[in-house]
Formats: sequence, structure tokens, C-alpha cells
Amino acid sequence: MFHLDWLNDRFLIAMIAILHVIINHGLAVGFIPFVTWLEQKGVRNSSPNEITNPEWDKMAYKLMWTAFIITTTIGAMTGVGIWFSASLVSPASIGSLIRVFYWAWFTEWIVFVTEVVLILIYFLTWKNSNKSLDAKLRHIKFGWFLAIFSWITMALIVAILGFMMDPGNWKTDHSLLTGVFNPIYLPQLLFRTPTAMVVGGTYGLLMIFLFTKKDTEIRTKAVKLAGKWILAWTPLALIAAIIYYNVMPNAMKANLSTAVGTMDFAQYYDLLKYIIIGAISIVFIVASIAVFKPKLLKTYMVITSVVAIMSFLAIFERVREFIRKPYVIGNYMYSNLLREEDYPLYKKDGILKHATYASVTEITNENKIQAGKDVFMYTCSRCHTTNGVNAITYVFERMYGFGKPLNEDDMASYIPNMHEGRTYMPPFAGNKKELKALVAYIKHLQQTGETLEGAQTEGIVVNQKNNSDAVSKMVERLKEEQNKKLVTK
Amino acid sequence: MLLQINTPIPKDIPLELPLPEWLLVTLLVVSFLLHIIFINLMLGGSIITLWAQIKGLKNKEYDIFAHEISKTITVNKSMAVVLGVAPLLSINTLYTIYFYSANALTGFAWIMIIPLVTIAFLLTYLHKYTWEKLEQSKKVHIAIMGLAVVIFLFIPLIFLTNVNLMMFPEKWGTIKGFMSALVLPNVFPRYFEFLGACLAVTGIFIVWYNNRKNYPFEETYKTFTRYDVKKIGYSIAIIGLGLQILFGIIVLFTLPAKGIGYDVIAVMTAAGSLLVIVLWWAYKAITNEQQHIDQHFKKIVFTMLAFMVLYGGSRQMYRHNALHKHQDLVAANTAEFQRLSKEARENPVEVKEELELDASLGELATGGAIFKQKCGACHKKDEKLVGPPMLEMVSIYKGKVDDLKNWIKAPGKKRPDFPQMPGFKDQLSDEELSELTKYILSIK
Repeated sequence: MFHLDWLNDRFLIAMIAILHVIINHGLAVGFIPFVTWLEQKGVRNSSPNEITNPEWDKMAYKLMWTAFIITTTIGAMTGVGIWFSASLVSPASIGSLIRVFYWAWFTEWIVFVTEVVLILIYFLTWKNSNKSLDAKLRHIKFGWFLAIFSWITMALIVAILGFMMDPGNWKTDHSLLTGVFNPIYLPQLLFRTPTAMVVGGTYGLLMIFLFTKKDTEIRTKAVKLAGKWILAWTPLALIAAIIYYNVMPNAMKANLSTAVGTMDFAQYYDLLKYIIIGAISIVFIVASIAVFKPKLLKTYMVITSVVAIMSFLAIFERVREFIRKPYVIGNYMYSNLLREEDYPLYKKDGILKHATYASVTEITNENKIQAGKDVFMYTCSRCHTTNGVNAITYVFERMYGFGKPLNEDDMASYIPNMHEGRTYMPPFAGNKKELKALVAYIKHLQQTGETLEGAQTEGIVVNQKNNSDAVSKMVERLKEEQNKKLVTK
Repeated sequence: MLLQINTPIPKDIPLELPLPEWLLVTLLVVSFLLHIIFINLMLGGSIITLWAQIKGLKNKEYDIFAHEISKTITVNKSMAVVLGVAPLLSINTLYTIYFYSANALTGFAWIMIIPLVTIAFLLTYLHKYTWEKLEQSKKVHIAIMGLAVVIFLFIPLIFLTNVNLMMFPEKWGTIKGFMSALVLPNVFPRYFEFLGACLAVTGIFIVWYNNRKNYPFEETYKTFTRYDVKKIGYSIAIIGLGLQILFGIIVLFTLPAKGIGYDVIAVMTAAGSLLVIVLWWAYKAITNEQQHIDQHFKKIVFTMLAFMVLYGGSRQMYRHNALHKHQDLVAANTAEFQRLSKEARENPVEVKEELELDASLGELATGGAIFKQKCGACHKKDEKLVGPPMLEMVSIYKGKVDDLKNWIKAPGKKRPDFPQMPGFKDQLSDEELSELTKYILSIK
């Protein structure tokens, strides 16, 4: 298994994904309609003998230029990056989702190809389209098409995310449509749409500041427009946020406090509320200044607004990601990538027996620590490191006192019960012997400060119970048994 | 341990394929073809831009040529990325465990693709938008492209290493990081074959690009004629095709025997002979009289596409041959695991825990043993461990056994500076709970 022992595996996906959302919502979904709107305004407000106001059009073009460069590089690559990192960190869950959602993703791909073709046309033909009014109006139309396709791209991916949080009836009938129309889908989409518009407008405001000179008429006008855009969408975003919050299943809501900041402390929960309320008020105030007193608006205010809305998005995604715990796919697969329905088997046989890669299959006193390492890799390593971020030694020391030696018996009696009190933790999957091995390994980690290397550096050790020889023999045995049955019949 | 068998048989994801296998394979091959054409154009275009710009230091016309080609790179790269999603999706679905295993084994290199490609893309934009600004410092400008080309040249190696590694599960156990997977046989011959393809496809693309009626050629160049530039295109294609044929033959002879069969050889040879024909036509184009340079153009494009379909098909045949036995074992192992899991689900084993009874406690022995097992991890007699000390509990619940029982079954949260206690509703029977509470309330 791939494993980053310092940074934490989960963190890798989170980092890439949050960057992607900040770019996608801000510079595509919410930004394209804003720029197109600006371009349209330029044509409307131009003098009769001009196609558009050239200075205004140039400003809109610069905004689009920035968005184009960023979305087609960092934006596109972080999108692919979510896949890449998920295939490393969480292969079983992304693999399952792809099988169920193949068509959704395939449709997404077609929309996505269209979106890229449209953005290329929209951006690359901008300058040429200024030659005639017809061409300009057609160009603006392409802008709106592009805006629609950006939105559809988001709408589809939200279906997939919504499904991961609450599979609705999917678990019983495994079909695509039930996944798409899961109960969280529409509220989430309703929330993301106006939020993206607010973010897009806020980025736009910042860029207007960068690309226009102080105390010019064009800046005042553009700032006013951006302010109006933000003010129009903010109340919708707020209402949608409230609706969204209310439909989240109760079990998930109960977890909200643990989601924010990983510890189940009420103050983190408050922090979330304050950040959301704070960010929305900052954006609202800055937008109001922009509309009513555009000359008073300073660069630092705009930057504050951008930072506020970015942290709002980041914290929102973090909460969304974490409230689905202890599952990675609701009621189907735990965040350790083990399927809920296989738990009875693991409890009976232990997890190592069925693991593809393991150096130990029969635990003895001598190989206990080595076995514990394998158990840790299979049941803990998706979220915990040995000594890095969210380290296993740290979480236990936080319970039992920092600096004190950990007690194996205490940990062994705690682990099987932990999911009852810490609802975000999946139940421990292994059997008694594996539990003993695991706590011995954790103790060993505390004593030695050893690290755990993933397959990308250490390679793998094939479990001798799951190699080609063992499986071939099993296949032959099954065939023989079948033949015997036929003969006796 | 020398004879340890090192071929793992992982378990597949126990969900049906979303559509029939043949259809997925078709989607994979076709969508990959589209993706790779744009990758060829992106990489080939970058290499040619770099070459032409260096040549342009002496001959200004080549600088203009470089500028014109560089404008296509950023468009082709956007198409290449977005068209790559469908084959990625299909290979994830079809070869789930093989692809993911290869990814994990080369993890760092695999994830480095993301930042590296992002940087290379930003460099191509920087290069494109500083053409005029850096007119005076050409070397810096060329260096920007040079860096982008170096990155672009490295990325295909990571991909090739991955798709190569996924075909050889028997090697997985020996791989320690990207470098050791890189040196598996067949990666480098395929890589150079691919570079040849990049040049060949881009060469033909240059011919097409400069042949378009609405392309303002005469306004762009000063001394070059359309013929001159098309000739450059064909010449590049000839070099590319030559590389492709040469390394194609090496690929054929160095293919690990595992997936090879007469069918694979036949299709690959057929594909190769198409390339030879294309090479002949391209050679004709530059040696013929000027007005006949376009004579074979359509045939060349069509034959190259046919080559790609055949070659892509042969790679898929090879992959199938190489993996199908292993896939059968994986399917059997998955089915068996599913069966065992179902069996265990239907007959859950009650793990009866052996209680360590302490005889000296007399009638409290059972409760004491339960306490040690379930509660002792967090509660000590007279000091705070994770939860509060037991003596405090005794003083609160003295005479209120039922309240204590209810709390243990489903605890609330009263103390802000203590973590939430787990509930024991499902883990203790009523009988055990009575024994336990009897013991707790006796603690002095």
C-alpha cells in the first residue's frame, strides 16, 4: 500500500482537492458568467459608432486571460490530481465508485471535453471577434455556453460526491440513478451554485483592482458591477447553506463537531460557524462598499475578502469530507477501505490471512511486531501515520498522557470499543491476536520512533496464502470437491 | 526462502463491470488513440519549437516557424489532458487492481506527474506570452522552452513504466520504487518508439497546418514559401517514422515472451509495414517536384491512423495474453473470498472471552474481571486516566444502580474537559452489567 508517513495520506488528497475547488468554483463556474456579463456590458455601454468600449473590453479580456491560464494549468491538473492521489491513497473506494459511476463519469468527460473546446474558442477568438458586431455577439454567446457547461461539469461531479456521503438506496440496488438522486444531491448543488458565483465575483473584484488604475472611471464602474454581482448572490448562498445543513443526515450532523479539527471539541464546531458567518459578512460588507462607496474600497479590503472566501471554501470541503466518517462510501466501505460486510470474516479469520501483501500470516511472539506493522498498514494507515500528522502515538498519548509509556493492555481494551465513543472511527477489523500484535507495534513505535515506509519505497511482500501457487491449489481443490459431489449424486 | 513464489493474487473489487468487457476495451483503445495524438502533437511540437528557435538564432525565418508552432502547443496540451480522462477511466475500470498496484509501487513518481505537468504547462504559457518581451534575451526565452521539453520528455516514462509494470504481477514483489520499475525490459524501447511517433505525427501536422487555405502564410513569413515549410514537416516526419520503425522492431524482439503470440506478431508486423509505406510516400513528397508535394498527403494521414488502430489493438492483445491467466486466478480468489465472507456473515462467531477470574474477590470476581477487561483502559481507582477516577463514580451512583447501568449502556457527556465515553449497550449482557455494577459500587 502507498503510504506517506509524515504528511499523512489523507492530507495529500485534501490538499489537491481543495486547491481544485478553489480554482474550479472561483475561476470557472462562478467566473465565466461574470466575465461574459462584463463583456456584454461593454458592448451595451459603448458609443453608437463602436462595437464595444475598447478599454472596458481589454479589462474583461485580461480577467479572462488570468482565468484561462490558471484553469487550464493548475485547475485541470489538480482535477486529474484528485484521481491520481485517490488511486494511490484510496484505491478500493475510487475503484468501486468508478464501477458504479462509469457512465456518470463518462458523461462528465464528454461535457468536460466540450467545456475545454469552448474555453479554447472563447478565449482564443476574443481578439478576432472585435472586428464586427456580429462576431462579438456570437462570441458573447459562446461565453454563456461555456458558463453553462462549466456548471454542468460541477453538477455531475456533485452527484458523485453526494452519493459518497449518503448512498440513499444504492446499497440495495446498486444502480446509477439511485446514486445520482440521493437525498443530499439537490441541496448540495443548490448551495454550490450561488457560492461559486460569490467566489467568482470576489476573484473578479480582486482582478479588477489589479488590472485597472486607481481613481479611474473604469475602475469605479467595474467595481460597482462586481459588487452588485456579489450582493445578488450572497443571500442565495446563505439560504442554500442553511437548507443544506438541515438535510444532512442526523448521524452526520452529530459528527460535525469532530469533523472540524479532528477532535471532538465543541469549540471547533463554533469555529466553523464563525468562519462561515464571518466570511460571508466580510464578503457582504466589501461588496456593499463596492456598490455604494466604490472609491473608498482599498486593495487590502479586497484581499481580505478573497482570503475569507477561500478559507470558507476550504473549511466547507473539510467538513463535507469528514462528516462522512467512519465511512468512505456511506454504509458500504469504511475509511480504512474495508467493506462493512466483510467484517465478520475478518473478525473470524483475522485480516492478515486475507491480505494480498503481508509478511506474517501466523502470529507468534517473535513476529508480533512485524505482524502489528502489517495490521497497522491495513487498518490504520489511511488516516494515521506513525510519527507524522495525526500520528497513532500522538493520539494515544493525548489520551493517556504525553511522555508516559503506553500500556499495551490499556490500548488493547480500548481499541475494540473506540468506535462506540469516537463515532468517526471505524471499528477495528482484526481478531484478538492481531489486536495484541497491533498494540505491541504501537508501543514499539513509541519506544523507537520508527517510521513506516509505503510500497512506493519499500516495495511489497506477497502473502504466501495469496500467491499464485496457493490460489491455483485452491482452485484445483474446489474443482475436485465439485467433481466428488457430482459423483456421489 | 529462495523458492518463494512471488506472484500475488489480489482480490478484485466485488462489483460488476459497468458494461461488457469488449465495449470497455473498445472505448479504452479508441479514447487512448485520441489522447495520444494530442500528446504526440504537444510533445513533438515542443521539441520542434525548441529546435527551430535555436536554429532561428541564425536564420530569422526559423524563429517565425518556431513561434507559429509554439502557438499550437498550448491548445494541443489542453486537448491532450482532457482527452486523457476517458482512457484513464476505462483502464481504471478494466484493470483496476493491476493499474492501482503499479501506481502504488511507483507512487512518488506517479503523483509527481501532477506538479511536473503543471509546471511544464505554465512554462509553455510563459514562453508563449513572453515572445516579444524576451526578444532581446533569446537565450533565456529558449531556456524556458528547454525546461518545458525536459519535463515533457520525462512524463511519458512514468506512464510507460506504469502500464508496463501492471502487466507483470510476478515482478511486483521485486520492485522497490520507480527506478527499479523503470528498468524492467521493454520500457525504453517503447519510449523511443513513442518519441518517433511524436515527431512523425507532428511533422504531418505541420504539413496540414501550413497547407490550410485560410492560414495567412504569406503575411507571416518573409522568405519561406509554403513548400519550404511543408518540406520541413515531411522531413521531420521521415526522421520520426525512421525512429518508429527501428525501435518498433526492437520492441517486437524484446517483448517479454509472456504475452506474445502469433496473433500479436501478425498484427504488429502488419502495423509496421504500414509505417514503411508511409515512410516511402513521405520520401516521395520531398523528392518529387514541388507541385506534387501534396500528392500522397491524404493517403499518409489515413494510413497513419490505420497504423495507430492496429498498433493500439496489438498492445491490447498483448496485454490480454499477458494477463488473462492471472485474471482467472484473481476472479477465483475474489469469488472464494466472497463466499467465505458470506458464510461468516451468516454464521457470526461469538467470541467468548475468557475472563481472568481473581478468586480473592469472591462473589465480585466476575464483575472485577469484566471491569479489568472493558473499563480498566480508561478508569483507575483514585486518579484520572482517560476518564474520571472510580471513587468519584461510586460517590455519585451509590444506591442508584439503574442509573449507573443506563449510563454505561449509553453514556452522555457531562464533563467538558473529558472525552466522550463509548457506550457498551451491545457488548455487555444484562447479567454482565449487573455483575459489573455490583463490582463498581463495591470499590473503596
